[in-house]
This record gives sequence, structure tokens and C-alpha cells, in this order.
Amino acid sequence: MTTESLARYRAVDDWLALTPDGRVTVRTGKVDIGQRVTTALALIAAEELDVDYGIIDIDGVDTAVSLDEEHTSASNSVERSGQSIRLAAATARRHLLARAASALGVDPATLDVSDGIVRSATTNRSVTYWELMDGCGFGIEVDTAIAPKPAARYRQIGGTVVARDLAALVRGAAPFLHDMILTGMLHARLVRPPHHRARLAALDPAVEGRLEGGSLVRDGSFLAVVHSDEYTAVRLAARVATAAQWADNGGLDTRDIWQRLVTAPRISLPVREGDAVEEPVPPLDPPPDAAVTTLHLRLERPYVMHASIAPSAAMALFEDGALTIWTHSQGVHQIRQTLAEALGMDVAKLRLVQKRGAGCYGHNGADDAALDAAIVARALPGRPVMLKWSRGDEHAWEPYGPAMVIYVRASLDAEGRVIDWSHETFSDTHRTRPRPGHDASGPRRMLATHLVENPVAPFVPEPFLLAPLAGVHRNATPYYGFLRKRVVKHLVPGMALRTSTLRSLGAYANVMAIETMMDELARAAGIDALDFRLRHLDDARAHDVLRAAAERGHWGRAGTGEGAGRGRGLAFARYNGLKAYAAVVVDLEVDDAALVHLRRVTVAADAGQVVDRDGLALQIEGAAIQAASWTLCEQVTWDAGGVTSRDWESYPILRFDNAPAIEVVLIDRPDQPYLGPSECALGPTAAAIANAIRDATGLRLVRLPFTPDAIRAAALQ
Amino acid sequence: MGVARIGGSVRSGEAVLSGLSLCVNGSVYAIAADPATPLVYVLRNELGMTGTKFGCGLEQCGACAVLVDGASVLSCNVPAGQLAGRDIVTIEADGDSLLDAVGAAFVAAGAAQCGYCIPGMVIAVAGLLRADPRPGEEAIRAALQPHLCRCGTHARVLRAVHALSSDGGARP
Repeated sequence: MTTESLARYRAVDDWLALTPDGRVTVRTGKVDIGQRVTTALALIAAEELDVDYGIIDIDGVDTAVSLDEEHTSASNSVERSGQSIRLAAATARRHLLARAASALGVDPATLDVSDGIVRSATTNRSVTYWELMDGCGFGIEVDTAIAPKPAARYRQIGGTVVARDLAALVRGAAPFLHDMILTGMLHARLVRPPHHRARLAALDPAVEGRLEGGSLVRDGSFLAVVHSDEYTAVRLAARVATAAQWADNGGLDTRDIWQRLVTAPRISLPVREGDAVEEPVPPLDPPPDAAVTTLHLRLERPYVMHASIAPSAAMALFEDGALTIWTHSQGVHQIRQTLAEALGMDVAKLRLVQKRGAGCYGHNGADDAALDAAIVARALPGRPVMLKWSRGDEHAWEPYGPAMVIYVRASLDAEGRVIDWSHETFSDTHRTRPRPGHDASGPRRMLATHLVENPVAPFVPEPFLLAPLAGVHRNATPYYGFLRKRVVKHLVPGMALRTSTLRSLGAYANVMAIETMMDELARAAGIDALDFRLRHLDDARAHDVLRAAAERGHWGRAGTGEGAGRGRGLAFARYNGLKAYAAVVVDLEVDDAALVHLRRVTVAADAGQVVDRDGLALQIEGAAIQAASWTLCEQVTWDAGGVTSRDWESYPILRFDNAPAIEVVLIDRPDQPYLGPSECALGPTAAAIANAIRDATGLRLVRLPFTPDAIRAAALQ
Repeated sequence: MGVARIGGSVRSGEAVLSGLSLCVNGSVYAIAADPATPLVYVLRNELGMTGTKFGCGLEQCGACAVLVDGASVLSCNVPAGQLAGRDIVTIEADGDSLLDAVGAAFVAAGAAQCGYCIPGMVIAVAGLLRADPRPGEEAIRAALQPHLCRCGTHARVLRAVHALSSDGGARP
């Protein structure tokens, strides 16, 4: 099975190099942002080449030299980069064995490889990969039809390895972008407007004399302070902020976001087989005559943050007309063109080097910080500028996961079968990642381009049709075999806050809506929730994850029930309708103060062939915790004067007091394609929490997050 | 984009000692930074100890934790000058058997994803175990409560601490 990346980078040398020091360098366009993708890629290369995982190096991503594999996103890195490396390594191994056969004067069939040493059963002589290559490249194309090593012969994949850099990370010895030091480096901090509509009206000139030897960089309403000492820059930013007056321009829109989403002008498209189509939306017909029960559900999700633990940052150096930017972006090739356009520079003069950042979980402030640093560095030629956002900048200015409203209507027949299903999702765009495009569509997606003296026109999102990358309608189509499905996406642009890609995009809320409705339907039909799902699924792999989660999560055992305060919930989804499968069982308690205490989360997942078992399990654990945090704690708040969620108290996330025990059951599918795992558990975990609260309290919560206030409000209704 | 620069020239980083000295990881350092500077900036920029991370500057996330006289302290707001004469230990401390044991337990549990918050948690756990080598569930969670992890590594961190706690051998 070939890949998009192999269509572009056909040579083995694009992917692999045997270096003279007896090691192997693997090249990829994907970046490690804590999801351990480099561990998985190293394992794949090591396994195919029959060398030890420990001698694999993964090249950093740098627009000057690296492959362009688009963004590190959408759980596609192992599917795409991993599969490419696998085929490249298999081709390389075959090539090396042919050379070894000739060097040793033996039949290739007699050869065996271990740790890169090729031996023949018919002679005592051996030769290493590195001797065979003698510092040269392979000079051959990847054979996309080659049969990779069969899983039965795996010695490293599927086992347990220590993740790359883990020991250094734990002891703070793995450098992050934020830790970079360059000679003569200056520190920059931003002075942001109170909100995205405000513009700088006046700046008290007296502040210029109070910069303690630092300087101010201003372009329109883009304002930054620079100083050689970092903490002085922090203090100066606060001082300059008091000297700035901002024109409010009407402030932020404070109307009820969920009402706005269903009443504001929108682009509505039907979704068929997962893809949106440019056709009229079919009307919502009355339920079929055979319907004995018809249920309605309206789910509301607030704006949610990526909430990276490290505020975004970038280093930039403008020298001799060329700009180098060190960034923790997920897509250095993608933002390069955008930055060149935004800065009015020749793209050839721009180099982006990816450096380790904290987990970002989608399109957070990383790309915007890169532009911010570039603007400041251009004003200070020859001096490296490290620009860091403050915690308040990160909370208030990252592009949020959009608020959403979802309507589901579903009907059961007398046998308890779902015979009619309608799902409509209303959301602002999930796709604001800067991408090259016409009419400055890249710069329009950035932040500083709207603040500078000559701003770009506002960004106007367009609906994205195709399923794998769609935002609003990701996972809006139920995976279940219902007789009649009607799915509609409503893209509602221009809502109060700027939004973009947050881990799993629309899938989190769409799955939650589907799976909470499934829970209510099962109750209405008087059928166990597990059994009800199995009856509507004809995919054996879906059955397997559901049964595994049910077994390990003690589904069906006594001890829970309405009013008892303790509840158990179940949910399932296949991510994107075509990626990893996940089924989740959640155990929780709701106390007298309406606080939800998570006790146990059991996730069964099938992500195809397992590569890095521990890393895969950890991605799923992390997704479960993050989904629990969104579901129980998180909601961006704002008023006319700006975003009011500006720190971890005004935007709390889940802490250790409510961290559940988690068990992950991985169903390995050797000889099946890799299916990206990183997002599959989010929606099912959230829905399982909602269903467990329903079990514990009898309350069907439909407005996120499920805080004590929300639970009390639901109880009063 | 026309960029206008306002204000004076950028100061070069000449080091003039402030008179403050700090004891960090067993060594005494003469410090140039103003004593009002929060400790995290002094550690990272002046002493090059970048394992201590900046996360919020508000004492809300725990990324900047260090040990002061054996107890976990958040370093993002505390003026360095207040810590003169105190025993400061950072995640880099060489040969600290307790930190080594905690670090090894985190590695064994696979307890890091992006890893930005993890050094602070290692410090917190070391502080906990110094005070109580066999902490119970409640004490463990309380010690980690000031620490945020957005990747969702909580269960692994708890597993690491439980392994240490039941070993009872984490004490130096």
C-alpha cells in the first residue's frame, strides 16, 4: 500500500541514510509533539531493516532540507510517514541483501540479517550494511509493491521500548524551543489589544523614555517590547500596556452563542457517506409510519481551548535579507508560504526550523507566535529575537475549538431498531490552519496580519467537503447501519471568537451527540446499551472493541443505577468513520454537591497494527483524560471587553484530584494497516461520561461542560 | 508591512553582580539579576538550568517547581532575593539519589508525553517522598494537585509514584 508521501518522495534516499558512524538516519516530515511518533517511526525502520531501534536517529524538520508531509495532524503520521518509511526500509533491505550476496559470493536466499550484519549460512564471512554502502546513497526508488516483513517475524514492533528522549524529558534535559539561546539574543513580549476587534488608539509617548534600555516595535496595533533581559521584557510589557489606549470597535459579540449558531446566516450542506455535497439540504421528513418512538436531542458545546502548558513562542533572526524562524509549529512547510506572503518576502528567503514544543493538540498559538517573532526580528536585523506569549496571551489569543450545536432526531420501530436518523451540526470553522491559497487566504488565517498598519481582509471560511479532513461534520455520520440517515452540516462563520483545529475537530461533539442518543434509544427500547449497539453494527472489529471494553469495564454487572449516585456509561465510535475504533466504559460518582468524581475509564481500541504498544496506549489514555477535562471542566468565557478566561483559575482543566484509573485494551491487528490512534478515544470518552451521569442521576445533560452548576440546573428542569 | 521602531537601542547583556548569591544544587552562585526577579528566570537565563519550565507565572500550573530546603516550591513568582541562604535543588541536580529514583520511576511508567510539565512533577514527588516515604493515595494526589498536565499523563504519574511508595526505597 503506497502513500501520498511516496508519490512525492520516491527515492529510498529521501527517507533513509546509513551514516558512517554505524547508525541509521530516518527522515520524515512529521514532528514529535509528545505523541511519540518518532518512537513509532524508529521502530518501523528498525524492524524492516533488521537493526536495533537504538541506532535509529530521526532527523529534525527544517524547510531547508526536510520532506513536506503537510501538517502533523489528523492522526495520520504513522499511516502516512510510517508506511512510507516501512516500504523505503524494506526496499533498502532487499537492495542491501543483493549487494551482500554479490560481495560474499553466495545465493541471496542463504542470507540472514541481524543488527545490520549480513551473514550467509554457506560461509563464515559476514558484511555490514555500512560496509556495503561505504558512505554512498542507495540511488534507487522505493518499491511501493514490495512485501514488507510479515508481522509473525517481528522482533521489535509490538513489544515495549523506552520512548525516544523519555529519560531526558523527565529530567528536564530535552531542550524545548523555549530553552534556546543564541548569541546576542533579545527577548520580546507582546502587548495585545483587549480583544481581536480593538485597535490601538493612542500610546503615551512618555513610555518610550521608560524602557530601561529596551525598545518598542510597533506596526499599527501590533505592539511588542524587546529587551536583552527576559524578566525586564515581561515587566516592560506590563508597563507599556498601561500606556496604551485601545479603540473598542463595539467589543465582542456577547449574544448567546448557541442561539447565534442556529439563527445566524450559514452555509448548509447535506453529508453523504461522510462527505458533504453541494446539493440542497433534504427536508426533515416526519418520522416513518413504523416508528413507535421518536427522540430528540440538542447538544451544546462551548468554545474550548487547546490550553498548552507552555505559552507559544518562536525565535527569529533576520539577517542579510533572509529570515530564519525556529518554531514549534505542526506544519513548517505549510506556514512558510503564508509567512512569506504576510511579510511581503520572497519565500526562498524564509527558513523554518521545527523545535520541540509542549503538546498543542491542534492549531494553537504556535503559528501566530512565529509571525509575531518574525515581525519583531525584521525590525531588529542581525539580532535573534525570542518572542514568548504570556499565559494570558495564550489563553486569550489561541484559536479555540468552536462552539457547536447539534440536533439529533431518531426513531425506533417496534423491534427496537433505529429506522430513521437525522443529525444536524452547527459550527463555526474548524479549519483555520494557515495553508497556501489564493487571495491571501493564508495570511487571513493569521493573527498579527489583522493588527498591523496594513491589515489583510477578514478570513472567510468555506465549507470543506471531503470526509477525512472535514471539521464540522467529522464523525457526524453514525457508523451504525440505520435504515435511513440524514446528516447536515451547517457552517456558521463569523461567530464571536476566532476558532480552528482542536484535537478531533467536530468529532468530539458529533460522537457525543450520537452516542448519548444511542443511550437514550437503548433505554427507550428496553435493550442493554451494549447489545443495542452491537445489533446496529455489522463490522466485526467494532464488535470486538465494544465487547472488550464491556468485559474489562465490567459492563452489565450490578452496582449502578439511577439515583444511587454511582453510574456506568458506555460509548463507541470509529474515528472519522475510517480510522481507529474505540469503545469506552466510564465509572463515576456524582456527589451531593453535584460534583462528578471519575473512578475508572476502560478503553478498548483497535488502531490496526500496533507499533509502539506503550506509546499507543498512552495516546489513548491522554485522549481520555483530555476529553474528560473538556467534558467536566472547560468553557471559554468572554464579555464585550474581551476573553475572560485568561489563566488556569478562570479556565480550569482537570487536575489530579479527579484523575481516574485508566485501563487501555489494545486489539492488535498484525498485517492490517496502521490506523491513527490519537483522536479516537475523545468522543467516546465524553459520551461514556454523559451516559454514566445519566445512569447515576437520571439526568441527561446536553450542555457542556458538566459542572456542578450545570448538573444542578438540569436537576431543576 | 512597514515596521516602525520606537525607543532606544537594545541594551547589551553586560553582567553586573547584584550582590545576591544563591545555593543551587550544592553550588553557590553570585547572581547578576535584580533580587526582585522571580527565581525561574534566574535559573533558566543566568544559570542555564532550563529544566525548570515557565508555564504561567501565576503559581497555577506547577511547571516551575524546584525544591527549597527539601520542599517543592513554585519558582515563577518568588523573588530570587528571598531565597538567599536557602538550599535550592532543581531537576538537573547531579547525584541526587531521590531525584534519580523518582526520574527512573517516571521512565519505567512511561510517564511523559510532551514532557513540559513532567520535571515539575518529578520535583513535587521528590518533595513528597522526602517528607513521607510511603504516602497514601490522598497525600500523593494532594502533592500533585498544583501540577497541570494537558497531555493527560496523570494515570502514569500516579503509577510511578505508587511504585516508589510501595518500594519504600526511594529515600536517599
